[in-house]
This record gives sequence, structure tokens and C-alpha cells, in this order.
Amino acid sequence: MRRALAGASALAMAAGPLGVFLVLRRMSLMGDAMAHAILPGVAVGFLTAGLSITAMTVGGMVTGLAVALLAAAVARLTPQREDASFAAFYLVSLGVGVLLISLKGGNTELLHVLFGTVLGLDDAALILVSATSSLALLVMALIFRPLVMECLDPLFLRSESNMGPVVHMAFLLLLVMTLVAGFQVLGTLMVVGIMMLPAAAARFWAASAMGQMALAAIGGVFASYVGLLLSYYANVPASPAIILSAGIVYFLSVTFGTQGGLWQVARQARARRLRLSRISGRDN
Amino acid sequence: MAANPRQEAPHAAIELEELSLGWRDKVAVRDLGGTFPRGSLTALVGPNGAGKSTLLRGIMGWVTPLSGRICLTGDSAPAFMPQQGDFDRTFPISTHDFVAMGAWRRVGPWKGFGRSERDRLEHALQAVGLSDFGRRPLATLSGGQLQRALFARLMLHDADTYMLDEPFSAVDRATTEDLMKLLLDWNHAGKTVIVVLHDLDLVRRHFPQTLLLAGQCVGWGDTGEILTPENLHLARHLCAGDYL
Repeated sequence: MRRALAGASALAMAAGPLGVFLVLRRMSLMGDAMAHAILPGVAVGFLTAGLSITAMTVGGMVTGLAVALLAAAVARLTPQREDASFAAFYLVSLGVGVLLISLKGGNTELLHVLFGTVLGLDDAALILVSATSSLALLVMALIFRPLVMECLDPLFLRSESNMGPVVHMAFLLLLVMTLVAGFQVLGTLMVVGIMMLPAAAARFWAASAMGQMALAAIGGVFASYVGLLLSYYANVPASPAIILSAGIVYFLSVTFGTQGGLWQVARQARARRLRLSRISGRDN
Repeated sequence: MAANPRQEAPHAAIELEELSLGWRDKVAVRDLGGTFPRGSLTALVGPNGAGKSTLLRGIMGWVTPLSGRICLTGDSAPAFMPQQGDFDRTFPISTHDFVAMGAWRRVGPWKGFGRSERDRLEHALQAVGLSDFGRRPLATLSGGQLQRALFARLMLHDADTYMLDEPFSAVDRATTEDLMKLLLDWNHAGKTVIVVLHDLDLVRRHFPQTLLLAGQCVGWGDTGEILTPENLHLARHLCAGDYL
């Protein structure tokens, strides 16, 4: 159980900040697409070496990168936009992946790959997740300034430096890396949940990118804790429990968040109406 | 006025030699030659589609010349404010951090933002009238305030040449006057300033030099001599496609 928490927390700490950037770059759906895109590589690793962490990770990296680079190339060289080219490539990839897995494995094995085995993390998997997350956080800290600039004002960055494309690629690399490490914890279908939900929720509490990143990391760890508790006591599968906990945090944030949450918006509207009615009442 | 480009032309900040800019199917600027002298204040004027933005982008190196040359002298690359930069206004960043981006050429991706940089930033915010706005999120700024922030960011470049593409298009009269005064201050301090404008009244009041562009050079020189009704008429016709 402790191992599950450690693994899920390590993942959440890197996935959260990455997710914040995905949201800010309007790449929320692409994160999901990437998670599906890495499936055939994972499947090939699985088919060649069974449930070997190394094989599946390498396979996932290769396919993830291939999809990212091919889609980017298509977007650059043809009139097709990046979101459409990504959709095309990831869907094909997903189909290939599911096909490959169902060819060899039985249903349980398919489920393990799709939904993760957070409760069955061994030492190797734990080390991998921790190492990957640490590296991702380190690189993000390193390229933080140009990364923010590339999201906020890419034209300005381009006028000042050549770092734009490098930063863009580095970000995609970090994304793939974290997803691959994360699939062992939460599976390819739901790893994006721990990336996106805390990040989407953080937006309702913090006014700066840094603040959102910190909150997303904390939120992800919290959701992992609650989800694991839930799975233990309510006897439900762990990864959906974690994701649903993150989902509840999200809904609470949308409603009660201090930066644009529904309750705050309604309160402000009501205060405005009161002010106006008082003014017009005075005039009468 | 393409003198000897190889030799030192210390009076020229930017020199254009028979420059043509455009793309395979459309030439935006044709055979433009001349100099922007160092310390000059030039208005770049012309109808829509005249190639003004393309010219500035060419000087920045973002569009490769189809023919001819652009010679830049000076220690630093020009600082450029594009037309309605499509940056993300809703990005969660403070005004202070947004303006601080202007220090990139000195600070880069990793250097700390030291005392001298912070002083410069304070000074820039003061110059544009946003001293109390540092902490405010960028998303809360009004159109005029945002334009001021952009000017502050531009100012932090501390470049020798400033080029602005329609900086006043979405801004009220008062802000325009304030920011115009800032441009004049920069010019008085020795900076070369080139501004794309549509407000000819503003041009006549403040800009000693004008380049009237309509795909090709209609006139380049003293504002009074260039901005004549005949020239403006000609420019309109050229851009409308009626070649004389």
C-alpha cells in the first residue's frame, strides 16, 4: 500500500506541473492523445518480452516520439493543423495497440496495461517512476522561463532567441517520458487523468503559473492518497478510485475556487446587482 | 541613396538596397532602397497591403529577401513590436513578469533578475504610467494598460532601434498621446524609431521623416514633402492594383 502511494505520488508530482502547461498551451486533449499513442509501443514490448517494464517503456517511448514527430511534421509540411494530425496518428496508434494486445494477451493482461497496477508496483517500477518524475521536474525548472514565454508569446520568444523549437520538443519529450512511466501506475487509459484533473483544478485557486504547478502537484498527491484509501475500504479498483478522487477535487474547485469559481462568480454578480439596485433606489 | 554599403556608414542604422520582399506568388515590397539614419524618427505609411508589416519583418530577419539586401549597423538587433501580437492575454502571469520578458537579451533563460534589472523594470513601468500595476495579473489590464505594458516591455530591450507596427490601433486618444511622448523621448535619447501608422495627423505633428509605401516606394523623406495629396492618391491606386 505504501509503495502504491509512493509510486502514485511520485507520478503526480511531475504530472501535475506538466498538466498545467498542457492546459495553458491548450493541449489538454493532446495529452490524452499522447497517452493512447504510446500503446502500440507498449504492446510490442509486451509481445516480445511479456510484462517486462524495460521493453514496454522503450516501446512506449519510441511510439510516442514517432507519433509526436510525425504529427508535427504533417502539421508543418501540409495545411493540416496540429490537432487534426495528432488525432489521426493517435487513433491509428490506439487501434494498432489494442489489436496487438488482444492478439497475444488474455483479457487480464490487457486490463493491466490499460488500467495500470498501482497496487502491484515492484521495486523496478517504483524506481523508474521516481527517477522519471525527478528528471521531468528538473528539466521543467531548467527551461521554465522559455517554456512560459513559448506558451505566452511565441512570437516574442522567436524574436529574441532560437530556443522556441528546442523548448517545444523538450516539452513533448517530458510529456512522453512521464506518460510512459505513469502507465505502470495508472495505465495508459487513465494516466492522463492525474495529469489533467489536478492541473485543471489548480486554475481555480492560483493566479500564477508557478502557483498552479505547485497546487497541481499537491492536488495529485492528495487525490492519490484519497483514491488509495477509497480502494482499500470500498474494495474498488485503485486507479479509477484515484482518478475519481481527482475528479471530485476538480468539481469542488470549479464550484468553490477563489479564482473564478462558480460560487465566487455568483456572489460577485449578486453584489453587483445589489450595488446597482441601491444606486437606482437612491435616484428614485 | 545606396552609397557604399561595404564601407562604414555610421550615419545609417538600417540600409536597404533594391530590396524585394515577399513570397513566391506575391511580392509585397518591390525594389526598395534607402537608409534609416541613426537617431531618425520615421513614420512608415501606406494603404493596407502596402507591405509595411512585411518590411519590418524583413528587417527583423523573419522574411528572407527575394532580392536585394538589408544592412543593419549597431550593437544590438532592433526591438520590434508586431501588430496586435497574438500573445495569450489570459495567461496567468503578473504584469511585472510580463514586462520583465523584455530583459531577455541580457538575462536569457537562466540568469538571475538582479538589482539593476529590477531598477530598469521599475523605471520602465513608471515611464508608461503603470508603476502600481506590477502585481496585477496581465488578464486584468484594459486595452490601453496592456498597450502601455507592451511599451514597457519594448523599452527593456534597451536596443538602438525600435520598430513598432501600428502600436496605437486599438488605443484611446489619451493613451496614444502618452505613448507618443514616450517614443519622442526615446528618439531624443538617440534611438532610431520607425513606426507604422495610419493616423496621418499624428505623423504630420510628430514625425520628421516619412516613408510612403505602396508595394513600392512612393516617397521617402521629409514628411511635409512626402505626404502630399498627389502621393497619397498614387499610393492608394498602386495598392488597389491600378498601375500607372
